[in-house]
Amino acid sequence: MAQTHVDIEHLKRARKRRDYGAIAITIFLSIGALVSLLPLVYLVCHAFKPMEELFLYPPRFFVKSPTTKNFSDLMNITSESLVPFSRYLFNTVFITVAYLFLLVWIGTMACYPLSKHKFPGHKALFTTVTTALMFVAAAAGIPLYIINTRLGLVDTYWVYIIPGLANPTCLFLLKQFLDQVPDSIFEAGKIDGASEWQLYTKIALPLLRNAQATVVILTFGGIWGDAGTATTYIYREQFKTLAFFMTTIGGGIARAGAQAAAALIMTLPGIIMFILQQSRVMDTMAHSGIK
Amino acid sequence: MKKEKKEKNMRPAEQKPKKRFFNVETRFGYTMHEIWRYKLSYVLVAPFFILFTIFTLIPLIASTVLSFTYFNFLNPPVFTGWDNYVYLFVDDPLFLKAFNNTMFYAFIVGPVGYIASYFFAWFINQIPSKVRPFYVLAFYAPSLTAGVAMSVVWLVMFADDSQGYLNSILIQMGLIYEPIQWLKDVNLIMPVIIIISLWSSLGTGFLSFVAGFTNVDKELYDAAAVDGVVSRFQRLIYIDIPQTMPQLLFAAILQITGAFTVGAISQQIVGHPSPEDAGLTIMLHLSDYSGQRFELGYASAIAVVLTGIIILLGRTAFKVFGEKE
Repeated sequence: MAQTHVDIEHLKRARKRRDYGAIAITIFLSIGALVSLLPLVYLVCHAFKPMEELFLYPPRFFVKSPTTKNFSDLMNITSESLVPFSRYLFNTVFITVAYLFLLVWIGTMACYPLSKHKFPGHKALFTTVTTALMFVAAAAGIPLYIINTRLGLVDTYWVYIIPGLANPTCLFLLKQFLDQVPDSIFEAGKIDGASEWQLYTKIALPLLRNAQATVVILTFGGIWGDAGTATTYIYREQFKTLAFFMTTIGGGIARAGAQAAAALIMTLPGIIMFILQQSRVMDTMAHSGIK
Repeated sequence: MKKEKKEKNMRPAEQKPKKRFFNVETRFGYTMHEIWRYKLSYVLVAPFFILFTIFTLIPLIASTVLSFTYFNFLNPPVFTGWDNYVYLFVDDPLFLKAFNNTMFYAFIVGPVGYIASYFFAWFINQIPSKVRPFYVLAFYAPSLTAGVAMSVVWLVMFADDSQGYLNSILIQMGLIYEPIQWLKDVNLIMPVIIIISLWSSLGTGFLSFVAGFTNVDKELYDAAAVDGVVSRFQRLIYIDIPQTMPQLLFAAILQITGAFTVGAISQQIVGHPSPEDAGLTIMLHLSDYSGQRFELGYASAIAVVLTGIIILLGRTAFKVFGEKE
């Protein structure tokens, strides 16, 4: 369907000879994109700058003689600390993977009945979710601290994962995606003799892949860069995250290089994730035939 | 009585496949029957809502209750009625400062970021789909570089000495002779924070718009072309905006919440406490009382006021963009 649309567009363009609007928009977007990419390019350049280029006057945007010394400096800082760099990295990767996996599945499970079943109370539950989109996490910080302590989550991996699992934004997104799937597909499945469970696993789940990828993209940055939880809830150094370690590096002239390298390490996975998932989302959306 | 018993006994003989536990004639019975019928639905939503109750709902209710008390973690809370709220609005000049700063920020970054997100997404939808991913990435990248990277990028950009990029450029262009104290000048702190926020304001809402435009049924364009809707602008008004209402609502909610909970960015850029509290926001004021002074009752009152503002505006957004039933 997408293909035919492109064809029609092409035909229209050919008829009009030249679509000046599209050209103007492309030029405008290209300039905007370059400006928008500046911080990222700067971040990459900065991480590979040798000491003398970091403090050059007048400052130079691009790196001239790139070096990986900043990264080895960063590793050396951890050699003085109690826990090796690899442990921080493992913690962050483990927490991120576990959290995203559980988050996506808890959301996916809840979104199907909310979207397709008219069970008693479904409206009240969904209103709760939409209202919860507006809740400020910090507003409940004090009681949450007490609850986390009482439940024994403090100073374990669980405190990173469990309290954030019921994420209303994710559930809302998944439910909205499923709403666009016509009910007739499910009714057809019912007529063919599928049980409710089969309708969920065989029809709803495959259709929700895009939405799941979107949820992963949107929540990845938050959990990967989560330094606050470690500060508040974790006392044992070996359970702290990479993001927390990065905040302890501190500034100063001696550590400016290491800090730039750290900033790149914290940012890059999110961007790579986004590139990987984005192509998938765009691709599947164009071909999935959801109307 | 006897008759009923007889009927019940007759059922197996009639071989009715479905057993009904509840008398569906009554309202209560019908509801219970429905609940039993949808048992799988409840099983599926249970994990989410159990976790939601424990880690969001109960803390929020508890926070509201605490806002009417004096509580410092060491002693049990003491009920003080409306005292916290009275103090908040009458006797706390810092809260008013934080309130004004937050409002100033929210009423600029909120609408400008929202409209920019929509139009950039719309522009991207106008160009060939093959090059779209690059532009989406380019515009979304600044929000990905938030957090830890923030200090590295923006502090150098707006550095106070002549080492700062902006000062360096302005001096070289001959526009200024002395470096401007971007992050120390009381009048410049909020504008600088706003500029940085706008730079990275194409976030989740923007992505939601891009996805929303992709989902607009392309046949609608052809159908509308018959009715004379041919130009880009006409399509935007008659097709794109109505078709992306769900995304408009979702992004509006996120934008409102994001704008009013500003705080982290101010802390990273100008530090906390900032010079003459020029960068103080409601969120930072809240963290002062909960994290530093341990006046948790008062901190809860601030939290309740903030949540109240957001929910009030959010509900308005629901009225504007929501489905009319």
